[in-house]
Amino acid sequence: MFDWACTLPLAGWACDLYAEQRLLRIGLGIIVLVVFCILMVLIMVYAERRLVGFMQLRKGPNRVGPFGLLQAIADTIKLLIKEVIVPTNASPILFLLAPILVLAPALAAWAVVPFGDQLVLADVDASLLYILALASMGVYGVIIAGWASNSKYAFLGAMRSAAQIVAYEIAMGFALVGVLMAAGSLNLREIVLAQSGGIHQWYIWPLLPLFFVYFIAGVAETNRAPFDVAEGESEIVAGFHVEYSGISFALFFFAEYVNMVMIAALSTLMFLGGWQSPFGGEVTPAIGVILFFGKMSFFLFCFMWFRATFPRYRYDQIMRLGWKVFIPVTLVWIGLMGGVMFFTPYGYVFH
Amino acid sequence: MDLQLPIFYFFATILVAAASLVVTLRNPVKAALALVLAFFSAACLWVLLEAEFLGIVLLLVYVGAVMVLFLFVVMMLDINIAQLRSGFGEYLPIGGIVAALMLLEMVLVLGASGFDLQGMPNPAPQPADYSNTRALGMLVYTDYVYPFELAAVVLLVSIVAAIALTLRKRKDTRYQNPAEQMAVRRDDRVRLVKMPSEAKRESGR
Repeated sequence: MFDWACTLPLAGWACDLYAEQRLLRIGLGIIVLVVFCILMVLIMVYAERRLVGFMQLRKGPNRVGPFGLLQAIADTIKLLIKEVIVPTNASPILFLLAPILVLAPALAAWAVVPFGDQLVLADVDASLLYILALASMGVYGVIIAGWASNSKYAFLGAMRSAAQIVAYEIAMGFALVGVLMAAGSLNLREIVLAQSGGIHQWYIWPLLPLFFVYFIAGVAETNRAPFDVAEGESEIVAGFHVEYSGISFALFFFAEYVNMVMIAALSTLMFLGGWQSPFGGEVTPAIGVILFFGKMSFFLFCFMWFRATFPRYRYDQIMRLGWKVFIPVTLVWIGLMGGVMFFTPYGYVFH
Repeated sequence: MDLQLPIFYFFATILVAAASLVVTLRNPVKAALALVLAFFSAACLWVLLEAEFLGIVLLLVYVGAVMVLFLFVVMMLDINIAQLRSGFGEYLPIGGIVAALMLLEMVLVLGASGFDLQGMPNPAPQPADYSNTRALGMLVYTDYVYPFELAAVVLLVSIVAAIALTLRKRKDTRYQNPAEQMAVRRDDRVRLVKMPSEAKRESGR
């Protein structure tokens, strides 16, 4: 696990010294994952602003560094040196705990994500359930932030966000049920291995409706446009994080982007064959990681594309879409899959 | 393994502390959050017992869904603590009796020979590739399939009952029919009036 981390210039000597020490290697893996998340977020913040700029015929940030490349770093420094304001009559401990409660599950979920056949920090048996459980933990930070801020707008945003996450989690869970029926495993590595053999084996084809439901529910779970009623600038200012400033706001921001990368990674692993090549056959770990990132980037691009083009959903439309459209679609498809697998000889279509 | 013991005590301490906070904290929202922490620590203990499926499902169901709704309700309520505390003494006798009975029952069961350490030795640890989920599924869908389906039916009935009890038609609720909204054409809403252009009038009306 994470042997490739030893090829990094600074980490090499540490690996040589403590090659046998398991705890140290886990620690090294954690550092690599956190650095990966920070880098991804920095890249995405820049890419999003530039891309949305191009799509809306603006220039986007182009002043800090060449092509505005250092804009994300400048923003980070600005947020770090700003003052953290705790509102009057807010609950101070819970107020400061909330951003951590949003970020911690978002980062912890990466422990079980396989970047390649051997490149996984913890090859847990029920890794899909683990990610689902951690994803459902993130809502606490949002609720606590809204409640502890002692502000109407923050509270309204928190209520909206909680209702939305609870609604879309069910559809998301059902979409995952379809995946694990097809793969026969809860382990992400095994789910990817079950899709080996080329592009026609990927689960996006037999599970097409579930794929769409999963990705759209993922956009809703991360509170991104067009489902960003929890922040709705035009109605409730900035929603649950209206009272947050400086680094405590930056943590919310960071967690949102880490969650986006996570949804993109999970969509890749479960529907696009993870690190596998579209032409079938084995690939080297390096090429596998590049393939994985390439597929993931497509989904991340979609996140930005949605944001640049779609108007925000109305609140009742969001609830209707979650409860009355997505859940029935997933239930019908799961029933269909079960029936075909159990009663007809065409079950092989699904695995 | 020697690392397991400190980990157990770590989670067990948090569990007991959080559980006592649930009943001692005055603010109901904070009490609910303490309950979340208690559930989380309990799930960690289950994972330590090699019951990772049950541990994660505890997180998913109780922490991820039930407690979120709980918090939702508790946050909306405007609870006057002084009013709640006024009747506290009245219920002390009956509450005490119930607590004493429960304690007695627990002592009788846990102290009996079937549950002591000799009667329940540590099960042999499973190999690393042992799938807890698969083993549970095998049992639930073969040996215990009828109890399992009965439980599912009971849950379904309770869902239907809960909806039937709370669903009422209100006169002032406004419904939207998205199909109707989508079917609207321009001619339904806008009337184009044809009129000849007029010359601009001179000053004064």
